[in-house]
Amino acid sequence: MASYNTSEFKSGLKFMLDGDPYNIVENEFVKPGKGQAFNRVKIRNLKTGRVVDKTFKSGEKVEAADVMEVNAEYLYTDGEFWHFMQPTSFEQYQASDTAIADVKNWLKEQESYIVTLWNGEPLSITPPNFIELQITECAPGVQGNTAQGATKPATVQTGAQIKVPLFVEEGEMVKIDTRTGEYLSRAKES
Amino acid sequence: MQWQPQADQNSRIARATMLRTIREFFYQRNVLEVETPALSQAANTDPFIDSFEVVISRLKRYLHTSPEYAMKRLLAAGSGDIYQICKVWRNEPLSTHHNAEFSMLEYYRVGFDLADLMNEVEQLFREILPDLKSDSKYQTYESLFLDNLGFNPHTIASEALQRCVVERVPSFQGELDRQASLDLLLTHCIEPDFDNDRITFVYDYPASQSALAKTEAISDRSSTQIAKRFEVYIGSLELANGYQELTDASANQAVLEKELEARKALGITAVPEDRRFLAAMEADMPECSGVAIGLDRLLMRATGASTLAEVLNFSWENA
Repeated sequence: MASYNTSEFKSGLKFMLDGDPYNIVENEFVKPGKGQAFNRVKIRNLKTGRVVDKTFKSGEKVEAADVMEVNAEYLYTDGEFWHFMQPTSFEQYQASDTAIADVKNWLKEQESYIVTLWNGEPLSITPPNFIELQITECAPGVQGNTAQGATKPATVQTGAQIKVPLFVEEGEMVKIDTRTGEYLSRAKES
Repeated sequence: MQWQPQADQNSRIARATMLRTIREFFYQRNVLEVETPALSQAANTDPFIDSFEVVISRLKRYLHTSPEYAMKRLLAAGSGDIYQICKVWRNEPLSTHHNAEFSMLEYYRVGFDLADLMNEVEQLFREILPDLKSDSKYQTYESLFLDNLGFNPHTIASEALQRCVVERVPSFQGELDRQASLDLLLTHCIEPDFDNDRITFVYDYPASQSALAKTEAISDRSSTQIAKRFEVYIGSLELANGYQELTDASANQAVLEKELEARKALGITAVPEDRRFLAAMEADMPECSGVAIGLDRLLMRATGASTLAEVLNFSWENA
């Protein structure tokens, strides 16, 4: 198994710690005038998403995590797994409940996602920053009401609850920022 | 492709001003500016300092990590008080306060003890950084640990030290020997609390950290040995490292041998020790004190920059 020396630490590097894969968020090198140097890192557990602080003796080695990212389209769910496919190789991946937990609100068929694989298995799914979804439920639109900031609750096709401006109608396509869950605009007519 | 410098014109002017202040400071005190080679046949044996090797056909040289060995050869040859401003190289990862190539001021004062030299470094810093508060802090290594962590670093039992590490730095992953445990606590629990607007001198280090500094008993009544060494901080930024120099030839030889053994134990590449330096110690090495000062870090403080890269025209990644 490949390993990394602390001198190779930089943000984005993925390694194993206590059996879990981690991603380096921040790395700081600290050295007293003489003597032992340390690497102080913020690392994200790729299974739980939690960020923790760790300090390593400089010169220590850690085991590389077999983690890679692929672009894949969401196909369907069979209730137990969520299926994705790499459009060029037709390679399919089945993601578990935990892997899709964070992206459940933004899963749309034929949309492209980043699938993070650990030892070949999907570990987490990252949605595109912006996604277009259909409003399946909301109070009727108030024509001509363009008051700044006034919103009403709405449900989109994935079941996610968002807030939309008063003029938005049921059945319309809207553009959403998946990082904040905020409505951005009506989707352009295609 | 980034071709532009990171440092701005103000920072370039501040650097030139700082260099002029330093040269004037030493001119006033009759300290002679000298030069020594950057590429040496020998290397620093310190296991925690990694030299760059330069190989051309079958010839191997090392970029100096400080001009210490060569300047001590000058002292042994009767140079008297000397200083040098030069680039040095240490193979260390980049960070906000580290660049593998950096500028150093190193100087030696014949007949000075540690207190004399700390005093003069304070005067020099005050000329370069006039906004510093006048009451600098002078603390022994021992009092720092007593005040901040409630134990004596020279005498604490190993198990108690281990408990302190686990309690104070729960983020630490791995194993540490005694000195490395103290290093961890110093860098993680003590340095961050140093004042930003005044100088902190830390002196009288554990003998295990003596490098080429003199060691002596901590008091008449104790057998605990300490190193006559000091470090200078402003905030948590470490700016200088000074010694009352070890002048005894066999003691100098013993330090280099011990460092080479430590390298072997840690699995770090062996390097050729500087025999010319050791030969000079056999000659007439005067009693003296010397200090190495990181000029880029000093300039960071002078210009209010938050990273070293901001005061370098072309930092390591842009060089």
